[in-house]
Amino acid sequence: MSPTIAPAPIRKSIRVDAAPARAFDIFTAGITRWWLKTHSISITKSPIQEVVIEPREGGRWYERGADGSECPWGKVLAWEPPTRLLLAWQINGGWQFDPALVTEVEIRFTPDGTGTRVELEHRHLERLGEHAGAMAQAFTGGWGTLLDSFAKQAI
Amino acid sequence: MAALAALGDSTRREIFERLSCGPRSVGDLARDLPISRPAVSQHLRQLKEAGLVTDRADGTRRVYRIDPAGLGAIRQWLDRFWDDTLAAFKDEADKDAETLP
Repeated sequence: MSPTIAPAPIRKSIRVDAAPARAFDIFTAGITRWWLKTHSISITKSPIQEVVIEPREGGRWYERGADGSECPWGKVLAWEPPTRLLLAWQINGGWQFDPALVTEVEIRFTPDGTGTRVELEHRHLERLGEHAGAMAQAFTGGWGTLLDSFAKQAI
Repeated sequence: MAALAALGDSTRREIFERLSCGPRSVGDLARDLPISRPAVSQHLRQLKEAGLVTDRADGTRRVYRIDPAGLGAIRQWLDRFWDDTLAAFKDEADKDAETLP
């Protein structure tokens, strides 16, 4: 299936007051402190207890629910504190983990005055499209329904 | 028109968001939007050209829905997802910096 759109990467840039090393640490080790509890991928509906980015290349990226269940999100492709983090986002168009799917989320931390410029790029989104065809066939409710349920979670 | 450009217009974004809750006809959409039915049709045409929505005839009506094969939809959600995520991160990182001596 060929997607009708070749999507550009999502690019975001923000400045935070914390210095790069600290910002990197908060982003990774401290992710549970700030990750929006509504941004859960788990389909068990168990609230997020913890989000974990294991601090090494090849480490896992997952959420743990209050009931102890773990839901994988992806893995660490590059671990380069305090300047760069490259994560594999392996969540497909149905908001489920798919080990065969790898989209990349790169986060760069560069000094900006006393703070840090944090740039995020989520790329290879066309790979979501390769899976979208199968997704669309698999879910008779169609994407509107899926998006709706995600929208409710994501608000 | 590219998906992003199509969603750059606030009315089209609103129409797109409404369709994410389920298929709607032009008439349905026009009823609760402050624009004319032809204007709604025009926006829908542009969303369709961008690969974001598809349409089919239902009797005399034309019903639109989000294109399940269109990547625009998921990209749009991810875009918002990362906006919200980074905003939450910024709050925490700024708060943290404040507490340092």
